[in-house]
Amino acid sequence: MASYYQLEFEKPVVEIEQRIAELEQKARRAGAPPAEAPAYPGIETPEAEPLPDPAAIAVEIERLREQREAELARVYSSLSPRDTVLVARHPKRPQTRDYVELMCKDFCELHGDRRFGDDPAMVVGFARIGSTKVLVVGHYKGRTTKERIACHFGCAHPEGYRKALAKMKLAEKFGLPIVTFVDTPGAYPGIGAEQRGQAEAIAVNLREMSRLKTPIVSIVIGEGGSGGALGIAVADRVAMLEHAWYSVISPEGCAAILWKQANDQTNQLAAQALKLTARDNLELGIIDAIVPEPPGGAHRDPQRAAANIERWITDQLHELRSVNPSTLPARRYERFRKLGSYTEVPVG
Amino acid sequence: MTQAPAKSWTELKAQTPRKNSIPEGLWLRCPGCGQMIYRKQMEANLHVCPECQHHYRIGAVERVRQMADPGSFEPMFTGLSPTDPLAFRDLKSYADRLLAEQIKTGQVDAVVAGTAFVKGRAAMLCVLDLSFMMGSMGSVVGEAVTRSIETATERNLPLVIVSGSGGARMQEAGLSLMQMAKTSAALARLDDAGGLFISVLTDPTTGGVTASFAMLGDVIFAEPKALIGFAGPRVIQQTIRQELPEGFQRAEYLLQSGMVDRVVPRAELRSEIARVIDYSGR
Repeated sequence: MASYYQLEFEKPVVEIEQRIAELEQKARRAGAPPAEAPAYPGIETPEAEPLPDPAAIAVEIERLREQREAELARVYSSLSPRDTVLVARHPKRPQTRDYVELMCKDFCELHGDRRFGDDPAMVVGFARIGSTKVLVVGHYKGRTTKERIACHFGCAHPEGYRKALAKMKLAEKFGLPIVTFVDTPGAYPGIGAEQRGQAEAIAVNLREMSRLKTPIVSIVIGEGGSGGALGIAVADRVAMLEHAWYSVISPEGCAAILWKQANDQTNQLAAQALKLTARDNLELGIIDAIVPEPPGGAHRDPQRAAANIERWITDQLHELRSVNPSTLPARRYERFRKLGSYTEVPVG
Repeated sequence: MTQAPAKSWTELKAQTPRKNSIPEGLWLRCPGCGQMIYRKQMEANLHVCPECQHHYRIGAVERVRQMADPGSFEPMFTGLSPTDPLAFRDLKSYADRLLAEQIKTGQVDAVVAGTAFVKGRAAMLCVLDLSFMMGSMGSVVGEAVTRSIETATERNLPLVIVSGSGGARMQEAGLSLMQMAKTSAALARLDDAGGLFISVLTDPTTGGVTASFAMLGDVIFAEPKALIGFAGPRVIQQTIRQELPEGFQRAEYLLQSGMVDRVVPRAELRSEIARVIDYSGR
């Protein structure tokens, strides 16, 4: 059984997994056919311990597996907001490139913003989902350490947002729907990023995405941090994976500002206060759907997570295909226009 | 009118403006030049230091008073007031914080909007108020900004938004984030309608406000030495663990990196706005 980066709350599950692994090892020894064992006839092979009954082991393993499934489902159905953030950041959690590989055919990657450079933290390209041709846009954190550093751990620079927008306009011209995967702790805060207009790049994306005359569907697959996330998420339909998070700031950033310090305790309080889980965002009307993850999170079964996402995307694209593209911006406007909470007394 | 030659940020030295607090009393020490200045003289000079031109931070009411022709301002959307949709609580509850800020400032939230004349030109004016929760954008600010944009679009009025803000308001979390999309989308419609949007950036303008409507002006003006950026200097420093270049994220630096059209002293703001309105033909 694959070993996973161990999250504190997964401990009971990991313990069961270890016991299963031990038993499996035992079963292999027990299951070795004794008939062919004597390599040297006449010499007794020493039997230190009596061989356990393979059938009994199999039953026990089966029982433990069921227990593991139940425990996983139990743990993952009641994740605290802080735990959700940790799952969303799990190093083995599938990323944009993984989903592209798992659900797309014929991925044709497009690079560069034609202004400054090519940002590896933003992946853009044409692809087919089922029989539908789309443009895929997504943040990318990187898999290897080297890649992660090059991608600034999923924090895109202005050139990333500009690349995304340039290709989205291309998609509009070609009449291709746009699918975006959101997975960033936030846009990169650095000297170069500021110099080249990080704020302007995001702002322009918000404005331009709102008026693209082609269907846009977005899904937050991991982290949805602030304007850096929204910069590719002004869409007709927005969903979140079950254990993703999406809010105005990361819990650590929020804790550092409002609690004056980020530590375990304040991070937990901030995660709670920020209403960043998929369920919270659905209640607030910020997203339209929650896409379920396999038990134990997307990292335990990327294929199934990809299949769930693909089904949601396909359904949305099917629905949006019946809408006249020229009316999409007005509908998209209404979707975002109504968000917010205030009271109003008539003034006369 | 001739513009003073743009100083490079290296020339601006460490005389960068600090906190906005204007101490009580007849005299005050200017944070820009360290001189003792007569308070009334500073206030009569549009809250700008007569010695070194340090621009003090001002609230929305004072800003409107400075920008609009006398008696021309007609406030709008004044019935809007904030709620606490998430029952947010940090060291203090958001509900208590709102109340305290409302008592302190006499404002309902961090925005003042309305129609006005600027040197005889009709305009839609919308001003963020730094004195109220650092001018942060929650639902009320987002709604008032959006309605200002919509009003400008419908009535074919030039739109002037004066920003001064710490960014999106954390206490409304995701809903604040959505105000960025809402206001930017409204600007797309103003743009489609051929409208004019002049964005004025004042000290400081950062975060979600910069990353939405504030940087989307057809023409962008910045007040001298105003801090303008996406991330705050502290966050950047913590991320890259290097000293930041001098004058980094100040208005003059943004002018050099091509992010704003002009650095305009407060005293010239009205005439510069009027000039752009005339050129736009609105």
